[in-house]
Amino acid sequence: MTAPAPHATSCPNCGAPIRFRWAQAVQTTCDFCKSVLVRQGLDLERVGLQAEFPVTGSPIQLGLEGRWGARSFVVVGRLTYEWSRGRWNEWYCRVSDGSSAWLSDAQLEYAITVEVAPGGPLPDPASLRVGDRVHTDQHEYIVANLTQAAYVGTEGELPFTTSARSLCWFADLITENGHFATLDGSETPPLLFAGDYVTWRELQATGVREFTGW
Amino acid sequence: MVKASALSCPSCGASITLHAEGWAVTVACVTCGSVLDALDPNLRILQRHAERITFTPRIPLGTRGTIRGVPYEAIGCQRVTITVEGVDYSWSEYVCFNPYHGFMYLSEYEGHWNVIEKLRRPPQELSSIVRSMVKLDQRTFHHFQSANARTSFALGEFPWELRVGDAVASRDFTSPPFLLSAEGTDLETTWSLGTYTEPAEIARMFGLSTLDKSPRGVFANQPNPHVRAARRVRRVGVLLLGVWLLMFVGGMLLARDEQVFDGSYTYDRTRGESNALVTAPFELKGRTSNVELEFQTDLGNDWVYFALALINNETGQSRDFGTQASYYSGSDSDGNWSEGSRRSGVTLAGVPAGQYLLRIAPEGGEPLGTPVRYSLRVTRDVPSILLYLIALAALVVPILIAWFPAIGFENRRWMESDHEGATMSFPPDEEPT
Repeated sequence: MTAPAPHATSCPNCGAPIRFRWAQAVQTTCDFCKSVLVRQGLDLERVGLQAEFPVTGSPIQLGLEGRWGARSFVVVGRLTYEWSRGRWNEWYCRVSDGSSAWLSDAQLEYAITVEVAPGGPLPDPASLRVGDRVHTDQHEYIVANLTQAAYVGTEGELPFTTSARSLCWFADLITENGHFATLDGSETPPLLFAGDYVTWRELQATGVREFTGW
Repeated sequence: MVKASALSCPSCGASITLHAEGWAVTVACVTCGSVLDALDPNLRILQRHAERITFTPRIPLGTRGTIRGVPYEAIGCQRVTITVEGVDYSWSEYVCFNPYHGFMYLSEYEGHWNVIEKLRRPPQELSSIVRSMVKLDQRTFHHFQSANARTSFALGEFPWELRVGDAVASRDFTSPPFLLSAEGTDLETTWSLGTYTEPAEIARMFGLSTLDKSPRGVFANQPNPHVRAARRVRRVGVLLLGVWLLMFVGGMLLARDEQVFDGSYTYDRTRGESNALVTAPFELKGRTSNVELEFQTDLGNDWVYFALALINNETGQSRDFGTQASYYSGSDSDGNWSEGSRRSGVTLAGVPAGQYLLRIAPEGGEPLGTPVRYSLRVTRDVPSILLYLIALAALVVPILIAWFPAIGFENRRWMESDHEGATMSFPPDEEPT
């Protein structure tokens, strides 16, 4: 599955061709010179340089195609977060039904979420404690995990421009029947991403990163 | 293609390969045992290990095995120790890694193995006065043991911040072959689900025949091997009990219990041989069945023996038998006493239908005894409850005995728990999935 390339242009830094895989993307990274580029109208502006990408050990990479239930998706972008005990990635996915989703790989436990309207005010994740209950109009969640993290790298196309690298609180929410959500404190009010845990088998991924010996 | 990074231990200089690079948080050098920060490019030393390493993991680190169809590599092993009533108990926990599927865990205690996966949802905690229970996917787990589990030694990679000496509160809940374990505080709890796995199965999974050793004792979630046999015996027993009940009810209903003859006679010792008599013929009807003879006498400090013959009037076939009545009474310093009975009975089994007569020859007794008056009643097809009861006992006793090994096994299981002598619950008849 390849997306149409509505905006084929070139890197303002090195002139290498830049091809957006997704029309809604506002940020990408030049594959050649690693410049972080932000779309300004029809032009691209270089806002920084992607430092050497932090090691995460993820088997997911840009261009990976997989399945999420009846839908398929392709990975088009990546945000890497770092917290006191490691790193994880949030992979930005373009879904076959035209929506977008995030695939996270923390400790190789995969979860796919989409941003949802909470249907009411959400608590600030910094104010929560593990075991607290969070109600949305969909589910009653339990706070399973609280993490303070900051992103340390971006890759590919993203639906927003990344600039601030401050620490934010994230709350992992679960339900007793296995639903999953993340409360993202990087904005006020916080954002809610809801979805499911998925196994590697269920993802039926192709175009995966390969590891020597595996 | 990503290759595993080769680094070196800042403590002893030995080379260290990170297999779960990016996910391993702590690595303990397999050469010197020092605990290092796996996230630090220079593998900062967190804890030095002074002593010589004496512990050898039974699954050597780097060994690959297949768990539920997925290849995993054993990359870390820690010894976990709990202290119960002053005694240390230690087991091994293995970290197994696949770069796509993630982490799986194994535990081994005295040859008992569990395949463990982290749970992504907490079980439901049920309140109970006697013992706490938790429920996961409609399965109820009983609390087995709570302990403070501390890491006493570590080798290899761990996807969490590990320090030798660190302890965590643990709670185990059992529902063989599964074990639910909670680690952490009330506020932050990680749940994992262990599945008891036979040593032969682990040996096969990892291709290590050395692992196939008989485990010692009974483990918390070890399936009770005797329950199946006991259940089989019970199933057959219940079936036979049904047959027994049908036979019993049928026997009671079908029994004729019919009086076919009665007569009264006198035994006068002075008449000698002429006391013998032959009754009038009587009819025994129905199926081949028993015949009960009951003598009622007026004996007083005397006895009499009835020599008897049941003679088929048509064929002349005779069955000889006998019965004795004896009754003595009196009084002494202890008061009145008596011994024996004035009544006497005998039952003949398997008498076919037909016309019969009885030859009765009373004999014996006190030489100077007075004439004995006696009466005889003959009853055809008397239901024998005693025989049915013996049959019932012969059915029930093996069913009960069949549970002894299963109960003994459960006792040995729970002896190791916080609930010694707890009421047992046998697991449902399910195969582990």
